[in-house]
Order: sequence, then structure tokens, then C-alpha cells
Amino acid sequence: MAEILRVENLSRDFQLGQGHVRALDDVSLSLEQGRILGVVGESGSGKSTLAKLVMALDRPTAGRVVIDGQDLFALPPRALRQARRHFQMVFQDPYGSLDPRHAVGRIVAEPLHLDPAAPKGAARRDLVAGLLEDVGLAAADADRFPHEFSGGQRQRIAIARALITKPRLLVADEATSALDLTVQKQILELILRLRDEHGISVLFITHNIGVVDEICDEVAVMQDGRLVETGPARQVLDHPRQDYTRRLLAAEPMLNVIGRRNRAPV
Amino acid sequence: MMLSIRDLRVSFARERGPAAEVLHGIDLDLPKGRTLGIVGESGSGKSVLSLAVMGLLPRSATASGQVLLDGQDVLAMSERQLCGIRGRRIGMIFQEPMTALNPAMRVGDQIAEGLRITQGMPRADARAEALRLLEMVRIPRASERIDSFPHQMSGGQRQRVGIAIALALKPDLLIADEPTTALDVTVQAEVLDILDDLVTELGISLMLISHDLGVIARIADRTLVMYRGDRMEEGETEAVLRRPAHDYTRKLIAAMPRRVRASLEAPHG
Ligand SMILES: Nc1ncnc2c1ncn2[C@@H]1O[C@H](COP(=O)(O)OP(=O)(O)OP(=O)(O)O)[C@@H](O)[C@H]1O
Ligand SMILES: Nc1ncnc2c1ncn2[C@@H]1O[C@H](COP(=O)(O)OP(=O)(O)OP(=O)(O)O)[C@@H](O)[C@H]1O
Ligand SMILES: [Mg+2]
Ligand SMILES: [Mg+2]
Repeated sequence: MAEILRVENLSRDFQLGQGHVRALDDVSLSLEQGRILGVVGESGSGKSTLAKLVMALDRPTAGRVVIDGQDLFALPPRALRQARRHFQMVFQDPYGSLDPRHAVGRIVAEPLHLDPAAPKGAARRDLVAGLLEDVGLAAADADRFPHEFSGGQRQRIAIARALITKPRLLVADEATSALDLTVQKQILELILRLRDEHGISVLFITHNIGVVDEICDEVAVMQDGRLVETGPARQVLDHPRQDYTRRLLAAEPMLNVIGRRNRAPV
Repeated sequence: MMLSIRDLRVSFARERGPAAEVLHGIDLDLPKGRTLGIVGESGSGKSVLSLAVMGLLPRSATASGQVLLDGQDVLAMSERQLCGIRGRRIGMIFQEPMTALNPAMRVGDQIAEGLRITQGMPRADARAEALRLLEMVRIPRASERIDSFPHQMSGGQRQRVGIAIALALKPDLLIADEPTTALDVTVQAEVLDILDDLVTELGISLMLISHDLGVIARIADRTLVMYRGDRMEEGETEAVLRRPAHDYTRKLIAAMPRRVRASLEAPHG
């Protein structure tokens, strides 16, 4: 299997107070084509920082990101733009990532501008309409504006935009966190279908362990900027080796006890 | 009754064509010191319902019916009256944290602002209280992050600032719209404990929207299920989850990830 993404000893420091915070601390991982890698972990552990670095939207303090054999931060700007259309990201904050002045159709079609061979005119409109329907929205929604949608609908607009070029690598940062279970299932099935039909690879960042269990091949667990455990999803979830992973799994909300009042006081 | 909603309808003006109704007559009651969970399909009207209670519907929206807060109709209030109850009597944790955050203001100042304006708290006290709240919602290195701007924080840290802002004023009614979506499950459990304590100790009423049935099971005394602007069913959470009366609720439960579904089938395991 071809490796699509390799992250080598990646670190990123940010200023905080008088000192700094090491948001990402010497992280290395790799992802093969057609595989789905789940990234779970503590809030603030560096998951979005990792995602932005993989997308070359930020620069590391140290380390490399290699996509398709190319060192991302060594590419000249033109080559980076060329490479861009092969990897797309769904941002954690959908509202902030959708330009409020543009109609949804234009937002979803935007990544096609990177591709000279992309369909134009009516064919492009059909492509957008089809994708909106794939994510459970209506073709007519192309004419509406982001503020006219619900949180989960906006998230699906961002997903449609990221999938329109059938990227080789999809970085999904909490991409289904605002979706109810039935719609989430539909989106996960869409991603799995694109994986099976087009071999896309996914870096799937989520707080939802149940989702990791359902769709991820591998999982990486992060805490405080570091990768604390990684391995096949079922193995890590069923037989966690690290303390932090165990604590995380133990805190997953379950349904065996229902209601505030039934809970033992702490 | 803390909150009573009667036949609430909301529609949005469309540029072309007739207005689109998105809430088709919702009724609900939430007593003091109790919690109501709301689940429903994406786009079913949960956030619009919360905004109506806060008196924060956009100008393109028209609402009819009644939203009674302690007997007073929020829909009939002037903007001035609404300002008097927002934050202090009704607090809200917004689905998208940036809705509530000012990108150009340090997070500590944003939490302190409400305390200074509505409670007349001196600057230094308000800052101390802001720090206490940041620590309560488990922001690490809170004494340094108090001076961070929202964009310097992670998604879950921003969400916790939004929670701190809503809790700062100890509202009688708290509306939490997907308040833990950006939190890992350990922090989520702590936030749910904090909310539970507020309900038990201060007797606040909590309306919590979530698509995570585990969260609903943890916090909601009763649960309302919504679908396309209609109420499908409402009842004790245990009954809704174990003996769903409606097809959509059954579909929701069937769509639960394997791990969580297994726990529903193994009660008290
Ligand atoms: N621009 C920035 N300036 C300063 N600190 C930052 C900046 N961006 C992120 N950080 C810090 O880096 C750390 C990692 O943030 P990151 O957003 O990667 O976390 P995350 O794992 O995505 O968390 P969450 O699950 O809450 O979204 C956090 O402590 C955050 O406060
Ligand atoms: N400002 C607006 N203008 C027009 N339509 C709107 C507006 N806000 C919401 N809507 C529509 O109203 C319906 C209900 O939206 P709402 O945000 O309440 O859904 P929700 O249940 O909160 O969904 P989600 O779980 O995705 O957040 C949706 O179909 C949405 O498209
Ligand atoms: Mg993040
Ligand atoms: Mg909503």
C-alpha cells in the first residue's frame, strides 16, 4: 500500500503568557492510501494544530510533513497550490470557514478553481447539486446563504465543499460533531463509499469514540501535544495500553444508567 | 413553571416565494430545578427554539404563540425588557462558540464584562471570578489563558469560555445548545457534573440540546424529540430511550454507534 501522508517529529510552539505552550510535541505518524486514521484525545492536545500543519495552513516549529512523497514545507508556492487540490479539510468551526457573503453553491464549488479540468457551467451546477443531496441537503440550497442554515447543515456544506474535488486526502476536524446520529451515519457512509470507490484517505479528528470504532482503521490518541498510543482501532479501543486511553474510554457516556437522579452522588 | 411554551411557530421570510415555517406549534413545560433534553434531526428547529426563548431570533423571523418565562411572555417583550432578562434570568451556551465571543477581546475580559455590567462587580473582583470560572471549566494554565484571545485557543477551550460566560451570571434558566460537542469525554463528563450541581444546588432549570444520547441520558430528566419542526414525543428520558413511541426516535437509537447501543441493552451493567 502506498503511503499518502507521513508526519515526522512534528512540533509546534505557541506563545502563552511569559512563556510558551508546546501544542504539538514531537509527533510522528503515517497514513496509507485508502485508510481512515482516527485522532482522538484531550481537548487542547494539539489535534487541530496537527490538522492545520498537514494542510500547510501553518508552519511547524520543527519536523516535516510529507504528502505523496513531497516535503510540504519545501515546496515552492506554485507547486504547493497545485498539490492543494488533492487534499482538503473540513474545519472544526464550520461557520468561521464559510464566507457569509457567498451563496452555498459558490462556496461548495470553490475548490474546483484549483483544477483546470474541472467541469464548468451547467455541469458544475449539477455536480454541486448532486453533492448537496449526498450530504442530505437540497439542490435548491445552492442559492441560499450560510446564515440561513442550522449548525449541522452548515457543517454538511463544509463537508460537501471538501469532497467536491474527490481529494486524495481528507482532513476532517470534528466534521460530524454537529450532526444527529441518522445524518451522521449518512455522512460516514458517504465517506466510506468515496474511500472504496476513489481510495481517499482520511485523517478523522473526533471526540466521538463510537464513531472511531465504526469507521476508522487505525486510531491515534493524543494528550498534551503528544501521541500517547496508536494502533488498529479495535485493538486500541478494546485493549487500551495507556492510562490516558483507559481514562478516556471510561468517560465515554453510556446508556446503562439513565437520568440524573439515578446517579450515585460523588 | 420556569418556562412554558405554547403553540410556538416560527417562520423565515424568503427572498423568493412565501415564508417558510420551521417550527409548527411547539408546546413544552420546564419546572424550576428540572432538566429537559432536546434531541432531533439536524435542521429540525432546536436552535431556533432556543433563540426564540432568548428573544434572539433574527429579523427575518416571525414568531407566534407564547414563550412564558415565569409567566411573562418573552415574545411580547420590548428589546429593553429583553436586555434586562438576558444573561441574568436566561443564560445561553451557543452551539457555535464564536457566536457569543468577541474575537477582538481577551477571554477573561469577556467573562468579567457581564459581571461588571449586570452585577456592578468591581473590576478586580470580576477578574478573580473570571479566573475561578476558567479553572472550574478545566482550562489548563487559566491564569495565563485569561489574557488569550479566542483564536489562540482550541475549539474545546473556546467552547468552555462560552460555558463560563453563561454560568457567570447564575441564570435561573440555562439553555445549552450542544454545549459539549468540542470537548473530549473526560472534560465533557466534568462539565455535565457542573451543570447537574447547578440544577441540584441552585435550583436552576436547564434545557439542553444534544444529539449525543449518552449526554441526554446523563443529564435530562425528560426528553423532547423533534423532527422537522414538530414535536414527535416527550417524556421521562428513561421511557423515551427504552420504549420509544415514535419511528424517528427508534431510528435515532438504531443509528447509535455499536458501543453505546450495547450499553442501552445492558442496563446497570
Ligand atoms: N494561535 C494560537 N496561539 C496560541 N496558542 C494556541 C494557538 N492555537 C492553538 N493554541 C494552543 O495550542 C494547544 C493545542 O490547540 P489545538 O487547537 O490544536 O487543540 P485540539 O486538540 O484541537 O483541541 P480541541 O479538541 O479543544 O479542539 C491549546 O492549548 C491551544 O490553546
Ligand atoms: N436565519 C435563517 N433563515 C432562514 N432559515 C433558517 C434560519 N435559521 C434557521 N433556518 C432554518 O430553520 C430550520 C431549523 O434550524 P435550526 O438551526 O433550529 O436547526 P437545529 O435543529 O438546531 O439543527 P442542527 O442540529 O443542525 O443545529 C432549518 O431548516 C434551517 O435551515
Ligand atoms: Mg480542535
Ligand atoms: Mg442547532
